[in-house]
Amino acid sequence: MKEILILILLFGLVGSALLSVLIRNLLKAAITLAAASALLAAVMFLLGTWIAAVIELSVCAGMITVVFISAISLTKPLTDEEILIEARERRGRYIFLPFILIAVLALLIILKASNLMNFDFIESANSTSVPDFTTQTSVIWNNRALDILGQVIVLLSGVFGVVVLFKERTAK
Amino acid sequence: MQALFILVPLVLVVLLNLPFKQAYRKTAFYAAVFTAVFQMVLSLTSGFLLWKNITDLFSFNFIANLGVDFFSLVVLFTIGLISLISIAVCRSSYDKDKFNFFNLILIVMMGMNGVVLTRDIFSLYVFLEITAVTSFILIAMDKGIEAFEGAFKYLVLSALATIFILSAIAFTFNAVHSLSYTDISSYLKGLGGHFPPQIIAALVLFITGLSIKAGVVPFHGWLPDAYMSSPSAVSILLAGIVTKVAGVYTIMRFAGDIMNNITIVSNILMAFGALSIVIGALAAIGQKDFKRILAYSSISQIGYIILATGAGTPLAFAGALLHFFNHATFKSLLFVNSAAVEYSTGTRDIDKLGGLAGKMPVTGVTSIIGFLSTMGMPPMAGFWSKLIIIIAVWTSGNYTYSVIALLASILTLAYFLILQRKVFFGKLAEGLRNVKEAGALMSFSAILLALITVAAGLAFPFIIYYLQAHGLLKLVIS
Repeated sequence: MKEILILILLFGLVGSALLSVLIRNLLKAAITLAAASALLAAVMFLLGTWIAAVIELSVCAGMITVVFISAISLTKPLTDEEILIEARERRGRYIFLPFILIAVLALLIILKASNLMNFDFIESANSTSVPDFTTQTSVIWNNRALDILGQVIVLLSGVFGVVVLFKERTAK
Repeated sequence: MQALFILVPLVLVVLLNLPFKQAYRKTAFYAAVFTAVFQMVLSLTSGFLLWKNITDLFSFNFIANLGVDFFSLVVLFTIGLISLISIAVCRSSYDKDKFNFFNLILIVMMGMNGVVLTRDIFSLYVFLEITAVTSFILIAMDKGIEAFEGAFKYLVLSALATIFILSAIAFTFNAVHSLSYTDISSYLKGLGGHFPPQIIAALVLFITGLSIKAGVVPFHGWLPDAYMSSPSAVSILLAGIVTKVAGVYTIMRFAGDIMNNITIVSNILMAFGALSIVIGALAAIGQKDFKRILAYSSISQIGYIILATGAGTPLAFAGALLHFFNHATFKSLLFVNSAAVEYSTGTRDIDKLGGLAGKMPVTGVTSIIGFLSTMGMPPMAGFWSKLIIIIAVWTSGNYTYSVIALLASILTLAYFLILQRKVFFGKLAEGLRNVKEAGALMSFSAILLALITVAAGLAFPFIIYYLQAHGLLKLVIS
């Protein structure tokens, strides 16, 4: 049962990720992106990687969305008419996507229910649902000082990216 | 000692950006130069005991899984050298936001040093990302449509590479239960040639991801645009070292060190290498833009390194490493020349140029040295490394690839003769009567690189003797 729940959540994740790319309204796109992050956090939680789930939920679903929305609130939205025209054009182009998603999901659930396909990879992850800080977990969670240093550097380069690419434009 | 390669630039970036930075904005140039020179000195002198004892005081044990061997030292030295040249060219040719440029160079150096030093595939991924993200910003710095196009192409393909590499890491971790190079290497050795499907998937994904980063044919779509549309100083950095560290160094490290020259990987690499050599050279012949010719030429030359890596013998590896260093110097030299030509004449279109050798003697002479080294003319450095590669590929039994590599040198000759003829020789083109050299720093960079190219070529027998005497031709993880 848990596998099917995870499958549904994963497809919800793909669906909201697609929506966040396809929607023209930035605000709604940011919210669907947050929903995708939240769903991912739920999947991680079900699979027993609690720390990752908490970080995903707080940083990606929480903080980044706040940043996005505060940035978007500074922009000027399209008029309703423009949105309508855009929406009509795009609906024709992407109308088939949800059907494909639902069809694949249904197929996988049927395969699971009739035991035709092996879902070992999910079960093996389930078996470690209580974090034991032995070999595998310790490789991922401990001894990561270098990566934290790397993360600091990534943040620095992100800051410079924003300064270099966006600062001058607002001055104009 | 190894941690210093990352921590020194990091500390400098932080210091440069303290709140009252207006007071010492000008010092960014000196900080960047200091870091580059420091890195060159540190990598050259790491063999001396006293110096090693001093630098080992800063060993920072909390940063585990860093390692250094002869191969990484050569690459670290090259990073320092090319960054120094890029900084010098930026100082004399880039007229916009130099402060941020120097900071970004420091960050991209940290990223590359991390890639070279780490002994853990996940940390490798983190530092590859640092390098890539900083490269996007550097390419897009000019903010024209071209610059954004180049950066966007790189961004998209690099994101694809990231997905491949990350999936490969996940597969590998699932099978090996460890991320360190030594564990993966011994695990692969233990398999004895029978690879489970997920390991094969991981190998294929990893090689593909790294090939995208290296700009190897058929994954080279982003490379000419990225090199061409970025500011000159950035092109030097990208062509000289960034793609080499992010793609070529990692492929060499993985194919030779970790995967122990598995046959299937060797075959893939040799095929990619030969394809790159031929297609890069053919594409270069038809181009009209100075930098674009150099970009395609880079693809072709990187093909030689990949081909030698695929051949996998110790001699081939030595050839690959030498060509790695040589290509970094002579291709950066040619990019410095293109920067000088663009700065002085305002164009890179080779049809609008001509007869510049008389007006820009330093650029003219050094460019000839660069061209000769690229096409493998003795006694330039490029001749020796190409010779070793071709001999090594031949003795490893891959005669066809060896012949392809040899014949492609003629193509190299063709496009460089066209370029040389149209830009530097012939009648002086209209409107170029008042052209002068592009400034002292630019000439200094060109002369320095040309001297290294000539000296490395002339001193080559000594270099190879030294390497052999110290058992350094065989490259292994320390």
